[in-house]
Amino acid sequence: MSTVELRFAALPGHVRTARRIAMAVARRAGVPTGVLDEIGIAVGEACLRAVNVNRRRAPENLVEVQMTGVDGTFTVAVADSGEPGDDVAPGPDGGLLGAPALLDLGTGDARPAGDPLTALPGDQEPGAAGSALPPGIGLALIEGLVDDVQIRRRPDGVGTVVTMTWDTATFVGSGLEGDMATAGNPAH
Amino acid sequence: MDLSLTTRQEGDHTVVVVGGEIDVYTAPKLREQLIDLVSAGSYHLVVDMEGVEFLDSTGLGVLVGGLKRVRAHDGSLRLVCTQERILKIFRITGLTKVFPIHASVEEALSASD
Repeated sequence: MSTVELRFAALPGHVRTARRIAMAVARRAGVPTGVLDEIGIAVGEACLRAVNVNRRRAPENLVEVQMTGVDGTFTVAVADSGEPGDDVAPGPDGGLLGAPALLDLGTGDARPAGDPLTALPGDQEPGAAGSALPPGIGLALIEGLVDDVQIRRRPDGVGTVVTMTWDTATFVGSGLEGDMATAGNPAH
Repeated sequence: MDLSLTTRQEGDHTVVVVGGEIDVYTAPKLREQLIDLVSAGSYHLVVDMEGVEFLDSTGLGVLVGGLKRVRAHDGSLRLVCTQERILKIFRITGLTKVFPIHASVEEALSASD
C-alpha cells in the first residue's frame, strides 16, 4: 500500500497543483496514461469544490487530499470543512443530480422544446471562482466520469469527504493495449 | 502548460484558437478574451479547441458565458473539437445540446452560412 497525503490552503491556484500531484501518484500506482486524464479532471473538480466550500465556510482551513494505491485500486479522498450538503445537488433517487438535469437542459420529458441556454446562468457574477455553472456541477461531472464515487460526512462531523476509486487492475490490461498500439505506430 | 490564445478573422467570423489547459487558473483569461471580442462587435465566434489539453467545469462555465453574450447580439459560438477526452466532458454535462461542435474550423465556418 502506498499513500500520499496533501493539505493545501483553500486557494483556486492550488487546484492545478493538487491535480498534477494526483496524476503523478496515480501514474506511480500503475494507472495507465489513458486513465490519468480522467483522474486529473475528477480530482481537479473535487478539489475545486472543496476550495469553494472552504472559502465560504472556513477560509483558514486546509483542503485535505488522501491518495492511496492498494490491491489494484487507486483511491482519492478530498475533504472540505463545510456544512452538510454544500455544493451537492441531490437527485430524486437519493443519488446525485446528473449534470444535464442540474443545468436544467431538459431530458425530453419535463422541459418543452426551447433554447436550453436560457436555463443557464450568466457568468457576470463573480460567484464560485467565476463559474457560470451551478456549484453542484463539479460533483455531477465527477459522477459522470468515475464509477465509484462516495460522498460522506467526515468522521469528526465537520465537512464532507468525496471519495473516488478507480479499479487499476482493470486498467492494466487496457493500458498495455494502448502501449502496444503506441509502440506499433512509428509516428509516436 | 499554460493557456494560449490567438484570434484571427475569417469573413464575419472570429476564430479563437485555444491551446493548453482551461482550468480555474486560466479560465479568467479566456473569459476576458471572449468579453473583449463581444465588446469589440465580434458576435460570431468559432472557438478552436483542438489544442486544449485540459478542460474543467470552470472552462465550461466560461464557454457558456461566452455563448450567452453572443446570443444577446443574435450571434453564435461554435466549437471545434475532435478530442475524445474533451468531448466526453461536453457529453457528460449535456452541453452538446447547447454548443454546435464541429470537426474542423472549415466545417464550423460553412455551417454558419
